[in-house]
Amino acid sequence: METELIINSQEAVVSDDTPSLTIRPPGNWTSISLNELWDYRELLYFLTWRDIKVRYKQTVLGAAWAIIQPFFMMIVFSLFIGHLGGIPSDGIPYPIFVYCALLPWQLFAHALSESSNSLVANERLITKVYFPRLIVPISAVLSGLVDFAIAFIILLGMMSYYRIIPKLAILTLPLFLLLAIITALSVGLWLSALNVKYRDVRYTLGFLTQFWLFATPVAYPSSIIPESWRALYGLNPMAGVVEGFRWALLGKSEPPGAMLAVSVFVVLLLLFGGLHYFRRMEQTFADIV
Amino acid sequence: MSNIAIRCEGLGKQYCIGGRERYGALRETITDTVKAPFRRLRSTLRGASRAQEKGSNTFWALKDLSFEIKRGEVVGIIGRNGAGKSTLLKILSRITAPTAGEVVIRGRVGSLLEVGTGFHPELTGRENIYLNGAILGMKKAEITRKFDEIVAFAGIEKFIDTPVKRYSSGMYVRLAFGVAVHLEPDILVIDEVLAVGDAEFQRKCLYKMQEIGKASRTIILVSHNMAAVRSICDTAFVLDKGKIISHGETNSVVDSYLAEQLYTNTQHAKVETESFSVDNVKIYSLNSSVIRTFDSVNVQVNFTAKTYIADPGLYIGFLNSDGQRLAGLDFKDFRTVPPIPAGQKGSLGFSISSLPLLHGSYQLEIHLKDMAEHKFEFINQPFGFEVIETPIYGGRKLDRWFGSIAINAQAIAEY
Repeated sequence: METELIINSQEAVVSDDTPSLTIRPPGNWTSISLNELWDYRELLYFLTWRDIKVRYKQTVLGAAWAIIQPFFMMIVFSLFIGHLGGIPSDGIPYPIFVYCALLPWQLFAHALSESSNSLVANERLITKVYFPRLIVPISAVLSGLVDFAIAFIILLGMMSYYRIIPKLAILTLPLFLLLAIITALSVGLWLSALNVKYRDVRYTLGFLTQFWLFATPVAYPSSIIPESWRALYGLNPMAGVVEGFRWALLGKSEPPGAMLAVSVFVVLLLLFGGLHYFRRMEQTFADIV
Repeated sequence: MSNIAIRCEGLGKQYCIGGRERYGALRETITDTVKAPFRRLRSTLRGASRAQEKGSNTFWALKDLSFEIKRGEVVGIIGRNGAGKSTLLKILSRITAPTAGEVVIRGRVGSLLEVGTGFHPELTGRENIYLNGAILGMKKAEITRKFDEIVAFAGIEKFIDTPVKRYSSGMYVRLAFGVAVHLEPDILVIDEVLAVGDAEFQRKCLYKMQEIGKASRTIILVSHNMAAVRSICDTAFVLDKGKIISHGETNSVVDSYLAEQLYTNTQHAKVETESFSVDNVKIYSLNSSVIRTFDSVNVQVNFTAKTYIADPGLYIGFLNSDGQRLAGLDFKDFRTVPPIPAGQKGSLGFSISSLPLLHGSYQLEIHLKDMAEHKFEFINQPFGFEVIETPIYGGRKLDRWFGSIAINAQAIAEY
């Protein structure tokens, strides 16, 4: 899709610096204009802000929902899987073991579903105003960060209860957070663009997140996977994220080395593929949404 | 070139028609993809090209459009529904990509294809001003600077911190418009948004737009409101079936468009009622090719009787564009006519010596009757007509502020 912004140098000399824009039928290859995205950063801010602001409007419990969900999941997991199921937790108390993983998981699952539905949900905007469409799924992903921050406070409380003192590794936490966000965004890019044309995506989503939760070491440690398979397990980027969180916060002995490397590689592949696909589909969004 | 704001060459936009290509479940696409090579093979064997196959369910919303718009020019785009006006605006504002041709745009484009795009009902007026402003392309600092002006324009000072879902529809529209008219791009693209709000507010918006126009901003306006087009636009062009059919100075373009439209308005397809088959309905002025205030106007319903009609009658109501009845004429109040045998063509109508309607769109509501049988047969299809702006009362052009009815009056004074 070739709507490029060209500053026409020849004419700039003659008159002024009015930007010149050429609109042509879309081609096959497109570049991602980071400049343009930067120009629209305020819109990104406002859309994210809108999503955050509106989320818990007209609810009794309000932002408490951000805590209730992971908290109750933690209780259910601790009871049935940790206590009754007797799943090991790498020597860490099971409740905090699972809660620490639920935090990035919830962020990811929420961001994934929000971003996948974002283009369809913002249909009015897309058919009436121009802006880089990438802003829509990005803002959907970012808006989950507030919930994450709220739920994080509970984690800090639990850490002090279990007297877990974070080591220096905690400094790497933002990197794992970033990896979770980018994972959600890369898959979200694919799904949101697909969802514009095929509403099947909406129905696949619930199933996909459930399946993905089982494939991610949230309720169990990745150490129960045989050593030789563990790097392969990293094909699920969330495995790297979740184990990374445990390592950074709970001081689990070994960092998720090889697994993490595979995860990062997979995410980058998904991200660039997603960006390309998204940009290719972008120009037809308004026609088919 | 440097004073050209928009140059458009051979622009075309093709759409696929039929739900299949548009939505399509994933399953269909997968089976399609699997089948495609075979189909292609088959059609190659038959010698049919793929393009032909594709052409059957597509249509060109715009075809081979070329034009130039100068910087600071205010241009009106008129045409019937489905003529491609909105598609053109969507391409100019980059919402959708063209299929062919190219457009060169010099300057920042702001588009206003809908009032209140992105308004969120749960957010307050204040929050929505910022959100909507950002969506329309304003910077936060710019919105803050214009904030008071926007609120004053909308007249909602008291409700600024109330969620907009509690607003009346009038307040909602005023707020949305308040943000929109404070947009200051180099090129402003506006689609039929003036149709909202009450008459007074429309006037205020028009005035504001004219002000914007004076600031040498290029404006492209799509509107069905001919009065607005006449008062704001320097030039206009008429789109029909995706092509420009006339282009030039606003008043002459609008006049010829309305005359053409009037012609097409009277040539309706047949409408059937129980005992009449209506061939067409005509409303025309004896004084000019368009209908003006105080013109002598004939309204005529041409029909064929399907059964024997003992005592033919006709009622014609004049409705304004909101569907409010302004006046009515009943044939039986004037005279009686002889019976019509089945199969015979006939015509009933009225001659109005001076049409007391101000400019605007009106509709005719028509009942054909057989008085003997007490039958009233409503013609279930609106017949619209347009009264064009007429300099009455000493040459001044009257706007909606004066209502719909023209009063034949003289001014008197005594000291």
